[in-house]
Amino acid sequence: MANIVVLVKQVPDTNAKIVFSGESVDLSAVKMVTSPYDEFAVETALQHKEASGGTVTALTVGGSGADKILKDAKAMGVDNIVRVWGDGFETLDSNSFQSVLSSVLSEIGADVVYCGKSSADLGSGSTGPGVAEKLGWASVSNIVSASFADGLTVTAPADGGNAVVNVSLPAIISCDKGDLKPRKPNVRGIMMAKKAQVDVREASAPASTVTLVSQTPPPAKPAGKTYEGGQSAAEVAKLLRDEANVL
Amino acid sequence: MSEITVIAEITNGKLNPATAELVTAASALGGDVVVVVPCTDASVADAASAYSNVSRVVAAKSSVFANYDASGWAEAIDAVSPAGNLVFLASAQSKDLAARLASKRGISVVQDVVEISGNNLTSPIYSGKAFQTVAISTTAVISVRANVFSPSPSDGDASMSVVDATGNVKSAVKELIGRASERLDVAEANIIISGGRGMGSPDNFKHLEVVADTIGAAVGASRAAVDTWDEIPHSMQVGQTGKTVNPNLYIAVGISGAIQHLAGMRSSKYIVAINKDADAPIFQYADYGIVASWEDALPVLQSTFSEMF
Repeated sequence: MANIVVLVKQVPDTNAKIVFSGESVDLSAVKMVTSPYDEFAVETALQHKEASGGTVTALTVGGSGADKILKDAKAMGVDNIVRVWGDGFETLDSNSFQSVLSSVLSEIGADVVYCGKSSADLGSGSTGPGVAEKLGWASVSNIVSASFADGLTVTAPADGGNAVVNVSLPAIISCDKGDLKPRKPNVRGIMMAKKAQVDVREASAPASTVTLVSQTPPPAKPAGKTYEGGQSAAEVAKLLRDEANVL
Repeated sequence: MSEITVIAEITNGKLNPATAELVTAASALGGDVVVVVPCTDASVADAASAYSNVSRVVAAKSSVFANYDASGWAEAIDAVSPAGNLVFLASAQSKDLAARLASKRGISVVQDVVEISGNNLTSPIYSGKAFQTVAISTTAVISVRANVFSPSPSDGDASMSVVDATGNVKSAVKELIGRASERLDVAEANIIISGGRGMGSPDNFKHLEVVADTIGAAVGASRAAVDTWDEIPHSMQVGQTGKTVNPNLYIAVGISGAIQHLAGMRSSKYIVAINKDADAPIFQYADYGIVASWEDALPVLQSTFSEMF
């Protein structure tokens, strides 16, 4: 019986256009969804439970708006949903954010924690390994498959290919897409999710030492040159060598 | 002057040349640059002594470094690295290690840095749809994108010391599976040629492979191609749910330029697009656009490249 936790994060839909208001991103009109890699983590967590028994708890750090992604995880089949929030949590740096998660994980207890390999917003991929270090746990990042027959065995990229790795528990495992297809919720799951209560918790965070200065559109690229017809590929090939100097 | 530590990037048992770029990034942040080289054999570190602007090189020798284990590596590197800022390459493995090391030292990590100005660090967010600048007020760990900072020249002669490092490994490698092909991985390549659904069939990717072999490129694919054809594995996918790449040259063939794909490759230094649809969004991001079918353009590209190489 494993106590399994999956970390989920609410992010702007990856198809959304990012707009700016002054020197910051304006997400007020953007549809918010579960970060895509976190769905692979939910799927892996559910498969782990199906193989070994136990419970799956979905955990997020966010305001009340993030209840939606917890309910989506519930509809997929997780047992418990927990949301953590506190004053000033909008601007936590990695160390403060990971401290919050590690204290909540200690509180609810876990044998194994799954998360997406990175979030679709900040994309840093720091949370899994960072929280594991704070807890003194093992971690393996960017896994493409997992098996639960004989302890936890995962496959992750290594120099020149993939490594199949036995992981000592407790551990935090971050999930890449791999061959997984996250399950679609069924009607019963959706009904259950509607009624589900979110376990809301508070936590305190150490002061952040990294502060936001600005968020701006990516630097504009000068307009490129366009050519018509396949024969122009010869000229482009030469320009790559003589003008761009990339060959 | 305080010290700033560059953790050398080791790829397939050798010093990755991008380590020289990390030296430049570290100098921009300020401090005497120390290069720590995680290795099982100290001779790997020799090449690092030649980098200019390096005050000393530490070969951190340990059997721990034979296979990647985040916990063991972080412990071993922490023990041999001086206090102060740490700089890693923003590769998948080193970002993982950077996060662990920062957490171990109770400091923050800023990943994927592409610009350093005093204590201000800029990184792409939302897969490159925005750039975020943060200020660090105390010691931090950063990872730096490849192909952004110019490499430190190699006319230096830094002193080198070898220290034994150790760490507790929390995972055991059961098996290493080599790649099915000898082809470069898109995440490691400096030149990438990618195909989309416009290639018509997975068999036609062999035409991309011929060009790739000529210029030393990796072959990538769009999500549409990976989702449509079982023969094109997810490991080739460039984009938001695939790999984010930052090569010197990205050649997109038969790729329209969906927002997810652009997110994964738009920061490439030079982009070439080959597409028969002149209105394809990819052309807005291309330095060199060729409006033509791949059947017309690729053979010409290939024959020109083969004369050049």
